[in-house]
Amino acid sequence: MTESAAVTSPEPAHNGAGQPTTWSGRARSRRRVVSDRLRGGDLGLLPVLAGLVVIWAVMQILNPVFLSSANLTNLALESVPVGIISLGVVCVLLVGQIDLSVGSVSGLSAAVLAVLFVDRGLPAWLAVTASLVLAALIGWFYAQVHNRIGVPSFVITLGGLLGFLGVQLWILGPKGSINLPFDSGLVSFAQLQFLPPWLAYTLVVVGAAALYATGAARAAERRRAGLAAASRRLLVARSLALLAGLGGAVWYLNRDRGVGWMFVFFLALVLVLHYVLSRTSFGKSMYAVGGNMEAARRAGVNVKAVLTAAFVLCTTLACVGGMLSASRLAAANQSSGGGDVNLNAIAAAVIGGTSLFGGRGTAFAALLGVLVIQSISSGLTLLNLDSAYRFMVTGGVLLLAVSLDAVARRSRVSHGRA
Amino acid sequence: MLRGISKSFGAVAALTDVDLDVSAGQVVALVGDNGAGKSTLVKVLSGVHQPDAGTVGFGHGTVSIPSPATAQRLGIATVFQDLALCENLNVVENLFLGRELRGLRLDEVTMEVRSRALLGELSAKIPSVRVPVAALSGGQRQTVAIARTLLGDPKVIILDEPTAALGVAQTAEVLNLIERLSERGLGVIMVSHNMADVRAVADTVVVLRLGRNNGVFDAAEATAADLVAAITGATDNVVSRRAGRDRAVDERAAAADRGTEAAHKGDAS
Repeated sequence: MTESAAVTSPEPAHNGAGQPTTWSGRARSRRRVVSDRLRGGDLGLLPVLAGLVVIWAVMQILNPVFLSSANLTNLALESVPVGIISLGVVCVLLVGQIDLSVGSVSGLSAAVLAVLFVDRGLPAWLAVTASLVLAALIGWFYAQVHNRIGVPSFVITLGGLLGFLGVQLWILGPKGSINLPFDSGLVSFAQLQFLPPWLAYTLVVVGAAALYATGAARAAERRRAGLAAASRRLLVARSLALLAGLGGAVWYLNRDRGVGWMFVFFLALVLVLHYVLSRTSFGKSMYAVGGNMEAARRAGVNVKAVLTAAFVLCTTLACVGGMLSASRLAAANQSSGGGDVNLNAIAAAVIGGTSLFGGRGTAFAALLGVLVIQSISSGLTLLNLDSAYRFMVTGGVLLLAVSLDAVARRSRVSHGRA
Repeated sequence: MLRGISKSFGAVAALTDVDLDVSAGQVVALVGDNGAGKSTLVKVLSGVHQPDAGTVGFGHGTVSIPSPATAQRLGIATVFQDLALCENLNVVENLFLGRELRGLRLDEVTMEVRSRALLGELSAKIPSVRVPVAALSGGQRQTVAIARTLLGDPKVIILDEPTAALGVAQTAEVLNLIERLSERGLGVIMVSHNMADVRAVADTVVVLRLGRNNGVFDAAEATAADLVAAITGATDNVVSRRAGRDRAVDERAAAADRGTEAAHKGDAS
């Protein structure tokens, strides 16, 4: 988000005679830059935000309960497991690969957690760590098969989809289901723990202040170096918008149970991944590998290491999502991670604007994409429509999102921004 | 610099006893027909292939170049024909790809300042360093690819077909850039098919034919016909005939300007 603000600000060094210099002129030129970018196929997060607004409006018209505090509180909690899995999917899509097995890996992780924690009586932290390590090993194994043998990730993870579902059924044994005790920290974290209102508001204020502070520091540094920088007015407006948006959301959710810790955890993961992708050399090399693998290799990027990291991140995040899903359900069973989890996670990443062609997408794609998916699911459930309709609508939205991606890509090519 | 380089692939001798010299501030054009061994020679220099025989001298001693990384450490930079840029990244990100400053919290300001300074020194016409490379023209991309190698502070830069697939204006842009590289004191080796480009910027022209040296020419004196003859190994073909005809016409025109007496001399020669 900070990126786009900086890019759209006109660069003074190239201000020709034709560049307007008045404030209104600058605003106009910025609008023109924005509209050029849109027409050029650089859509960013705009389509998914627009889609979210449309879906919320339609669902609210169909059922007035939809936008109630209670339902939105639930919606926020419900979107976390799939959202976290989707964050991992964003990572593999960015490097131009795919992981079809995130559902199975999340289910297997839930089963491992339940077996170790409940059946074997290990402490929770040990069970969680073991599950995370196993998932990371799965990702590492995928990467080795891909790097050394050269099997396409599509096929490797298709094998993983089946194989790890089998392992999940095997370790759950004939019982097929293990309940997690309600008084355990895992279940209460996923179901019952909400931020006290004062803390939620404090976090909002801190977040807005941090956004302004980092933005202002960046702008000052750029100005010192004689580069174009975002204006103070823009930075203030951005921070105020965040403050108002999040503050309003917290106030609304606090009318019911409030903001769940699990959702805050998800937001924190999104922000960390966003930082890694946009502000570290590792993040840049992920985009580079997804954009042009050969170019990245020749530029000295360790392509195999980047691919390995992406696969490991993906399976590890799938594991986190799977464990949270089991905690929320207070059980791990044969259908954990089954059904539509897999496709919802991938669909969320794509709906959020991550390109299936690699090299394009942000961490926020997972957040917004999963909100779209869960809104559809929650809205249709409220209408008492069964999963048949949910699948059909979600499928339609996914097709729409991918078509938008393909059209945007064609437009980028024809505008020379491929 | 290169002495008696030979390289075979199985039974095929790609290079036999090839010599090539380039000194600081000099532009050497490497020309030859398809299959003459130009690319193999470039790959030997850039560390992709190892020569079967011969030595590479660099600076005051001889060196071996077992890998591309070694070549880069020595200061031999290569810009291959496909440029190897990431189109989804912007100019700064491409320039610093693989050598970002301060990896855990990117120093974007310094990288942008240095990118602008570098492109400014090369008088490159890049609209903005924050546009994705996909938005640049072929000549601009070539400039970015060359600028990227300069960040490694090379002594010799090898350009593989830098003007192929470029329009007239963009070709001129890249040729200007090559002049600027030699002004900076770099040795430039340019592989090219285009005789006009070669004669526009090169100091010497090294001709390869069937994997062997087939003449070293002073670019200022050699004619296109001479070069074509050396490349193809034949003095009589369409290109040389036409070049001969053109020269005859030129000379007649010049003679007409100078007067009858000189015209006689021209015909006689």
